[in-house]
Amino acid sequence: MLELIDTYWLYFLVGQYPKGPLGGLALTVALAAAGLLLALPLGLLFGLARVSPVRALRWPVTALVFVVRGTPLLMVVFWAYFFLPSLTGHKTDQFTTMLIALVVFDAAYLAEIVRAGIQSLPRGQMEASRSLGLSYLRSMRLVLLPQALRAMLPSLVNQFVSTIKETSLGYIIGLNEVAFIASQINTQVFTKPTQIYATLGLTYFLMCFGLSRLAYALERRLSRRSRPSAISEESASSSAALAPVSP
Amino acid sequence: MLDFDFAVLLSGRYHDMLVAGLRLSLQLTAVTLVLALPLGLLVALLRLSPKAPLRALGFGFVESIRNVPLLAHMLFWYFGAPELLPEALKERLYAGNIEAVSAVMALTLYSAAYMAEDIRSGIRAIPGVQMEAGRALGFGFLATMRLVILPQALRVTVPPLISQTLNLWKNTSVATVIGAAELMYQAGQVESASFRSFESFAFATSAYLGVSLLITALAALYQRRFPVKTL
Repeated sequence: MLELIDTYWLYFLVGQYPKGPLGGLALTVALAAAGLLLALPLGLLFGLARVSPVRALRWPVTALVFVVRGTPLLMVVFWAYFFLPSLTGHKTDQFTTMLIALVVFDAAYLAEIVRAGIQSLPRGQMEASRSLGLSYLRSMRLVLLPQALRAMLPSLVNQFVSTIKETSLGYIIGLNEVAFIASQINTQVFTKPTQIYATLGLTYFLMCFGLSRLAYALERRLSRRSRPSAISEESASSSAALAPVSP
Repeated sequence: MLDFDFAVLLSGRYHDMLVAGLRLSLQLTAVTLVLALPLGLLVALLRLSPKAPLRALGFGFVESIRNVPLLAHMLFWYFGAPELLPEALKERLYAGNIEAVSAVMALTLYSAAYMAEDIRSGIRAIPGVQMEAGRALGFGFLATMRLVILPQALRVTVPPLISQTLNLWKNTSVATVIGAAELMYQAGQVESASFRSFESFAFATSAYLGVSLLITALAALYQRRFPVKTL
């Protein structure tokens, strides 16, 4: 086991990096971070469209969110893998393919987080700012979103954990992220599958457990600080309970 | 891509492959659900147990499983775990459908960890005085759980459990990586055999979406017939 780690640790962490493309754990983290960062603005727009009073915005985005949340991520990855090339005309590499699939998939989920965040605020917030003469968009930007986004922070960290776990599906299209690298090592060593895959699991665990503890700590801190608005918190938790039911 | 050929999907070899895949996906979901629900309940009870070591055991189970991607679970149960078994058992396993067995194993543990959290929060939604009242009447911890708390808690737990079933349905697609011949795997096979990628993926997508919408409709129906009552 120690010999195994001694031989392959660098390969596991960065792939063939100095001599070849970046891979391994570093690629997993980079892909997850890039995916979430790019999905954030898109998810915010989708979330706003989901609560928009304009039907032409609300309906198509609602349909998109339902379709993406009703299909497995793997399906989205397959569509991206096989149809991006015929759409753009040139071959897309695995990293970009996976990134696009992740951004589309995460944006649909983030949209629901944003929607739940906005809808958890008391209706009076929008009414008050509209009656003060602010337009719909300005009320959103200056009054509702600052409150909603703060409450969303723990969900965002949890979404990052999900994104890290989702990047493992890049394995299927041959992206050399950490699960793929582990299988490569397994083919080379051949005699120690149990140790190799247990190490892979442990690696994911250390990363994701740390992050989900962070989310938990954030949640406790935020709920301590926003004591006065106990009513809005209660409605937030009840809408959060309803949220997962829609696909 | 422009000439969409429905005939491929409606009959013939490729139709049979896709339908067989859909059937296995549904079977994986059903078997996993049957196994994961009691396991999830057990883990939820462990996490709420009055004894600290049992609580730690439940916590360890949930966190160690939820923080590792399903794909890594699949790889472990398919490549890693069978090596630990005694020779005779291993041979019998390899003679049978080891892909499906490993997939059910991984899916069961993964879903049970999530379901345990849903059940636990359902139980915690029941006011603590219910437990105290049950104990004061002379029932033990387990008897109070079974007769007083769980009948109330499980009712609140059904909607999140249905949405967990939806996740389970989508998660069966990950079994592709270990070569279990479920829907996603068959769609890939049909794609590479016939080059009818658009048709086969359209079939798979609409099948996934169809079952997902069915499960969602079930959840909505449940919430309308049995709205959550607050005490």
